[in-house]
Amino acid sequence: MDLEIQKRIKDLADEYGPENVVVILGGAEPEAAGIAAETVTNGDPTFAGPLAGVSLGLAVYHIVESEVKAAVDPAVYEEQVGVVEMVLDVEGIAREVKKYREQYSKYRA
Amino acid sequence: MSNAVISGASYVLVHAPNIMMVAGTTQLLEKENPNSEYIKRIKDHIRSYDDAVAYPPNQACIGNISPEDMRNIKRPWYENPIKGLSRFGRYGEIMPEDEFYGLMAISDVFDLVILEREFAEGIKQKLSRHPLLSENDVNRIKMVADEDAIKKHLENGAVELMYGGKLVGCVRKAHDRDETLSAHVMIENLATKASAVLALRYLLKVTGIASTDVDYIIECSEEACGDMNQRGGGNFAKAIGEIAGCGNATGADMRGFCAGPTHALISAAALVNSGIYKNVVVVAGGATAKLGMNGRDHVNKGMPVLEDVLGGFAVLVSANDGVNPIIRLDSIGKHPIAAGAAPQAVMQNIVYNPLDRLGLKAFDVDKYAPELQNPEITEPAGAGDVPRANYRMIAAIAVKRGELRKEDMDSFVEKHGVTGFAPTQGHIPSGVPIIGYVREQILAGNMKRAMIIGKGSLFLARMTNLFDGISFIMEKNPGIQKEAAKTIDVSSYLAEAFREFAEYLETRGKVDASR
Repeated sequence: MDLEIQKRIKDLADEYGPENVVVILGGAEPEAAGIAAETVTNGDPTFAGPLAGVSLGLAVYHIVESEVKAAVDPAVYEEQVGVVEMVLDVEGIAREVKKYREQYSKYRA
Repeated sequence: MSNAVISGASYVLVHAPNIMMVAGTTQLLEKENPNSEYIKRIKDHIRSYDDAVAYPPNQACIGNISPEDMRNIKRPWYENPIKGLSRFGRYGEIMPEDEFYGLMAISDVFDLVILEREFAEGIKQKLSRHPLLSENDVNRIKMVADEDAIKKHLENGAVELMYGGKLVGCVRKAHDRDETLSAHVMIENLATKASAVLALRYLLKVTGIASTDVDYIIECSEEACGDMNQRGGGNFAKAIGEIAGCGNATGADMRGFCAGPTHALISAAALVNSGIYKNVVVVAGGATAKLGMNGRDHVNKGMPVLEDVLGGFAVLVSANDGVNPIIRLDSIGKHPIAAGAAPQAVMQNIVYNPLDRLGLKAFDVDKYAPELQNPEITEPAGAGDVPRANYRMIAAIAVKRGELRKEDMDSFVEKHGVTGFAPTQGHIPSGVPIIGYVREQILAGNMKRAMIIGKGSLFLARMTNLFDGISFIMEKNPGIQKEAAKTIDVSSYLAEAFREFAEYLETRGKVDASR
């Protein structure tokens, strides 16, 4: 995960409290989505960024996961995500993100 | 209808593993950590020049194999090299790093590139046999020094030039305090300039145009040259044209992250179409910063570091000759500011709006060329197969529009897509690597049209959260249709004018009479 993005997420969690922050991912690949989910929950697995060794335990979802889809106006979701949903490996992405969420998230949305 | 045609394209690569170690962003960031495992391990993952030449995607870039041939080569491609193919292809070449140091010295007009004396002599001999470099070019390599003198420059902030494990030169800083003229920036900019000069020389060769017939140059690389008072002041275009011998040209630089080249090509076509210039060159050199960009992932996965080449290209846009493929300026695709950043909004604007304007459907375009990154580079880094993701988006929207059945998405992608083969040099993969191949296919009658798509991540500059996208259609030339000379019937115009005047007088008379 981009080091600058890690810093921004860490700053937002510090400012608003980790219990008040939900991270919505948009990565197109299951592996990359999984690494991002791991980074904002357990810490940066590459030990390169500001979240190295920092377990924020944030709630994290991918935009294509059913929990997010259910929370968004269907018309807006269709307009913004509809085509992407047809293209991406939705199951693979959801499986990866859920794995880290269930293991390391301390908070729930 | 446009009067601008694409008269030719050139593509060059430069194998630059040593520059990768001293100027690639990933490596420089890792070097800040004295215990970096990556820096310790990367040496075992660096490819030889011969391996880089035999690498199928690199051969596709220079035209010795076609992008379509890539489908039939088993992956991983780095384990299935094509032996026996030349460093020279019909669009350009894959230059070795030692010769490139010489070319950087040739391209340097401020005595910033210094080569070790013995090394310089050897390189001058090698380059004197290069098909596109003259004696005058080679004689420009003048800044030579012994190793001790080079080491003193290194102590003073110069960047080292290594080859075969030896120190063979350096690039000095151009100013003591101006960071935009530091040695790091100068090696970056001189590498861009030199690789662009090579691409431009190849363009002159493949098109047969005289260097002095080039009227204008638009440079669209990823770098910015300037000084601390004007960091992106420019101008690479004229600097490149000067070394390439385009004495009658002027030019300017155009940027837009990876969308830059497509913006530049459309601008070039507009300049030709308007009649301002007859021959406009769009050119870009390589980006040293991106060398080894995904190297950590390649090393972790036991692969060679595949981002070891700089890429450069040049395209000639000329006045309509009735033969070469035209650029359809009557239906450009653009992503307007207000369109939003949703991927489908981007694709609608840059792919489908221009088709709709021309009454075309998705399958009327033989090949789409969005981002053509080599998937073997991006997949290990978790970014997936970027071209394929783009093709699936185009296909998915076609399904939504009722132009394609969902079960035919894969065959659409297969037929209208291209396997990614371009190095991740940012501006290079973005549509333009296919232009040479498409032009030939259109001329041979095997294709009718292709869409070149540029996409740029503008948010990286922190000036906007916007994304960018722009496209144009390249199409078979219908031939120059001479308009039949029109004979204007003046008498009918005169009769109409008299009739109107008579009506006016009549009305005026009635008005006057009523007063």
